Amino acid sequence: MTTTPLDNEQVLQLKQDFPLLTETQVAGHPLVYLDTGATSQVPLPVADAERDFTLRHRAAVHRGAHTLAVEATDFFEDARATVSRFVGADPYSLVWTSNATEGLNLLSYAMSNATAGSNGSENAERFRVGPGDEIVTTQAEHHANLIPWQELAARTGATLRVVPVNERGLITPQAVANTLSDRTKLVAFTHVSNVTGAITDVPGVVAEAQKVGALTVLDACQSVPHMPIDFPALGVDFAVFSAHKMLGPTGIGALYGRRELLNALPTFLTGGSMITKVTTEHARYLDSPVRFEAGTQRISQAVAWAEAVRYLEQIGMNRIEAWEAELGGRLARGITEIDGVRLLGPEPGVERVGLASIDVAGVHAHDVGQLLDVAGIAVRVGHHCAQPLHRELGLTASTRASTYLYNTTDDVDRFLDELSRVRGYFRAEGA
Amino acid sequence: MSAELDQLYQTIILEHSHKRSGETDQDVSSAGERSGVSHQYNPTCGDEITVRVAVAVTEGENPTVEAVEWNGEGCSISMAAASVLSDMAPGMSLSELGKMIEHFREMLRSRGQVAPDEEILGDAAAFAGVSKFVARVKCAMLSWVAVEDAVNQAASKARAN
Repeated sequence: MTTTPLDNEQVLQLKQDFPLLTETQVAGHPLVYLDTGATSQVPLPVADAERDFTLRHRAAVHRGAHTLAVEATDFFEDARATVSRFVGADPYSLVWTSNATEGLNLLSYAMSNATAGSNGSENAERFRVGPGDEIVTTQAEHHANLIPWQELAARTGATLRVVPVNERGLITPQAVANTLSDRTKLVAFTHVSNVTGAITDVPGVVAEAQKVGALTVLDACQSVPHMPIDFPALGVDFAVFSAHKMLGPTGIGALYGRRELLNALPTFLTGGSMITKVTTEHARYLDSPVRFEAGTQRISQAVAWAEAVRYLEQIGMNRIEAWEAELGGRLARGITEIDGVRLLGPEPGVERVGLASIDVAGVHAHDVGQLLDVAGIAVRVGHHCAQPLHRELGLTASTRASTYLYNTTDDVDRFLDELSRVRGYFRAEGA
Repeated sequence: MSAELDQLYQTIILEHSHKRSGETDQDVSSAGERSGVSHQYNPTCGDEITVRVAVAVTEGENPTVEAVEWNGEGCSISMAAASVLSDMAPGMSLSELGKMIEHFREMLRSRGQVAPDEEILGDAAAFAGVSKFVARVKCAMLSWVAVEDAVNQAASKARAN
C-alpha cells in the first residue's frame, strides 16, 4: 500500500479497472459517472472473484461434509471475516442481509417479535417497546431508516419522535439531545446524509443516547464506502451498510451489531440453517450471525464483496477519504460560484464527503439531469428517497453529484461547466 | 446544446413551462356537480398535479369540456403538458378529447416510432420528441392521465343526473 495522496494520474490508472467507466459513451460523449451515491461501479477483480467462485468453487455452505462444501464454507466465512474486519468488528457481529434496508427491517421486526415474546425472546427485555416508549429517528434520514421505525411504532403502540435538522439540513447532537427522554428506547440516525453529504458527529449522538440508555442504530451506507470506519470505536450498537455502494455486487448488505445484543435479539426470518433443535411444536435458535441467516445465503456475492474490500484496502481508505474530500470541496466551491444555483448541506470549506446536491432556481431537477445526461454526465435527480428532508429544505426534488475513487477533478469540472449553462438553456428568470 | 435536446425541449414546450395555462392558485381539490378531480403523483421524481375538469352538458348534444384548472409542481415537460392540454381541451367533446389523449399516449409510448398526427394533436404534437426519452414519458403523461380520470368522473356524474 502506498501512502502518497491520490492524484488525477493515479485515478486515471485505477479507472482502467472499470470497463464501464472507460468504454461507455452516452450521447456521443465519454461517460462521467457521478451517481455512486446510488450505486458504485465494479472493478474487474471483483467481477472476476464472483465468476471464479461460481465456476470453480460453488457448493452449499454450512451443510454437507464433502470437500467442495467445506471449501465453499471457508470462502463464505473468510468473506465475513474480511468485511467485518473492514469495519473494525469480529465476524460474529456481522450478519449478511440482502441490503441495508433489509438490515433495518430485520432489526425493527426482531424488536416487535421481542414485544410479542416470540422468536427466541428469552433475553430480549431491552428490545421490547410499547405504549409510552419512544423511538427516535431524524428528519435527514433515507426512507429506509424512517419507515421501518414508523411501522414498528404502529405495530407496538410506541411513539416515533423525529429529530429536526438545522437550517442547512444537518443533524446535531444538541438537536438529538432535545428529542430524547427517559422513555427513548432507540435512536436511529445516518452517518453521512445521502442528500447533503454532511457527516454526523456519531460519538456525540451516541453519548446523548447512552445518557438515556437508548440503543443506537447507524445508517452507514454513505460512510463505509468512503472513509475508514470502526463501529466499535464509534460506539454504536447496530449499523447497516451495503456492498453495491462500495464496488461490490448488488443483492448483499450487512447488519453489524454488538455480539451480546445480536445473541439476545429475537429472530426475524426463520427456517433452515439458523436452528439448533427443532420439533413439530418448537424451534431453538443458534447464536449470531447464523441466527439471522435463514435459508441459502448470497454466497458468491459475499465472496465478491470481500474482494471489493481488499481492492479498497489496497488503495487505502485514508487516501480515498482525502481524495473525495478534495472532489467534494471542488464541487461545493464550484457550485456556489454559479448564479442561481443553491448548494444544499454544509457550506464550502465545511467537512463533507465527495457528494453535493443542488437546487437550480427556476429549473426542475429532472430537467437539469436531462441536460447533463445528453452531455454524458450521470447524476441523480429526484428526492433521493429522502422526502421529509427535501420538504424541510423547501424542495420536492434536487440534483445530486456523487463521486468515488474513480472520479477525477476533470469529471467534477465537466459537471460544473454543464451546470453553468442550465439556467440559460431553460430561460430561467434572471438567467 | 445538442440537437437531440432541442427536439425534447421544443420552444413551445419551454414557453408553456413558464406561462402555464390552466394553473391556478385556488384549491381545485373539491369537485362540483358537473366536474371531476384527479390527483396524480410520480413517485420517482416527486412531480404531482391536481386537476379539476368541468363538463358542460346540453340537452341532445355531446357533453363537452368546459374548463380545466390545476395546481401542480414538476419539471418543464410535465408543467408544459398540463398547460397545452388546458388550452386545447375546453370546447372539445368528450369523445374528441378521449381520441386525442389516446393518440398522445400511443405516440409517447412508441419510442419515436409513431409520428404525431398534427390534426389530432395540434400544439401537443410538440411532445413527439419526448417519446425517445423513455424516462420522461411519464412526465408528459401525468397531467393527461389526470384529465382523463377527472373527465370520466365528471361524465359519470353527468350521466347519473
